[in-house]
Amino acid sequence: MTVELPRYHRLRGAYYRLEGSACPACPGRYFPPRAVCPACRTAGLRMFAFCGRGTLYSFSRVLQPPRGFASMAPYAVGMVRLEEGPLISCQLADTDGVDLSIGMPVEMVTRKLRDAEEHGYIVYGYKFRPRLGRAR
Amino acid sequence: MKTGREVGIAGYGVYIPAPRIDARTIAAAWGRSPDTRLPVREKSVPAADEDTVTMAIEAARGALRRSRAGPSAVRAVWVGTESKPYAVKPSSTIVAEAIGATPWVSAADLEFACKAGSEAMQTACAFVGSGMAEYALAIGMDAAQSKPGDHLEFTAAAGGAAYLFGPAADALALVEGSRSFVTDTPDFFRRQHMHYPEHGHRFTGEPSYFRHTLEASRGLLEALGRVPSDYRWAVFHQPNPKFMRKVAAELGFGEAQIAPGAVVDRIGNTYSGASLLGLAAFLDAARAGDRIFFCSYGSGAGSDAFSLVATARLEAARDAAPSVADYLERRQPIPDYGAYLRMTRAIRML
Repeated sequence: MTVELPRYHRLRGAYYRLEGSACPACPGRYFPPRAVCPACRTAGLRMFAFCGRGTLYSFSRVLQPPRGFASMAPYAVGMVRLEEGPLISCQLADTDGVDLSIGMPVEMVTRKLRDAEEHGYIVYGYKFRPRLGRAR
Repeated sequence: MKTGREVGIAGYGVYIPAPRIDARTIAAAWGRSPDTRLPVREKSVPAADEDTVTMAIEAARGALRRSRAGPSAVRAVWVGTESKPYAVKPSSTIVAEAIGATPWVSAADLEFACKAGSEAMQTACAFVGSGMAEYALAIGMDAAQSKPGDHLEFTAAAGGAAYLFGPAADALALVEGSRSFVTDTPDFFRRQHMHYPEHGHRFTGEPSYFRHTLEASRGLLEALGRVPSDYRWAVFHQPNPKFMRKVAAELGFGEAQIAPGAVVDRIGNTYSGASLLGLAAFLDAARAGDRIFFCSYGSGAGSDAFSLVATARLEAARDAAPSVADYLERRQPIPDYGAYLRMTRAIRML
């Protein structure tokens, strides 16, 4: 965990607020953030906060979790197509008893990403859950 | 107490986790007769990936959505809780970072048993009312702790609410005044390194909850020259369905004034979040001009009373975030007591 601590801290904009990058020269939007636009090769991309809404592109249930995720198993992972375009991979939240389906509307929430030991650092970050309540 | 300039609630948001455990499942695990009368039908429990910080973040986002304020205009984030994920490291900095309020912001965690959230409200009111800030965020949120087998286990629940205080022009509800009443009373405590709190048995009830709630409430009514019938709605701290109703009746508030805010009946006692969630249920329903009476209680002990009046802005802002009812309707039953222990991390490897 000590090696990962600076990494998680450095990524907190992306983890906490879904901050990626936007190209000033073309419509390119990227998550995670990039330094150079792969479409038009413009450098100096600016920070872009994604709205956190999207649709489920694909999903799977994890029954045999890797180390650090045991207390959350079984859980679901998925790929989400963000409203602004990028496709991202993520954990899914609040899926117990939910019939997941491709194309269902999902929204970003901040949750504990992994199961730190009791004395360790808690990693918080984005997950996506079936969209809640009324349309917003 | 009145602020130097008029202050109001500029936004509010709530959170209740989806998992629920049936009180009969807890009773059966501890060998209680199926005929035992239980204080609530079920209670909310945080999912394995949730804690006070994640719940506070979602409530804070709801509060911002219902307001006109951008996150960088928030000058304070105060989280009142008795279930901090870290013993040393503020929860408020994580919340402030997640909502985008950092770095020019004041932040701290407040601790006062179940009154920590309303203490944050008093402080946020003063911060805005003095002109030190345009907006200040007060959160009361808990993943309540209770010893397995203790009678508190039936009610100790998870959830809470966030209130963004701002200038009167932005208010969804104006703060007319507030009053706090605090004494040193040993009714509930937890020592460092202990997992669960203990009761100071004879101090529970009359000398603690009832005395402080009654004194703070009467003190505010007297200061404002009001009587209970001046209020459309009233909310009190709700450790169980009985206490809140008894204190309301003693003050002269009727069941119709308190029933819509009795969130405890549906999900149990969310500690620092309890009275704040009840207030949000009223804001979900109130019309412009409705007067709302609020009084919290926290062991140790003290109460904060507020008098609020809904403005014409409330109804337009309401649908920008999920309501208390949205979260109450989102239920995921926990199948058995073993699954509940696993989720709450009550199982410890020796």
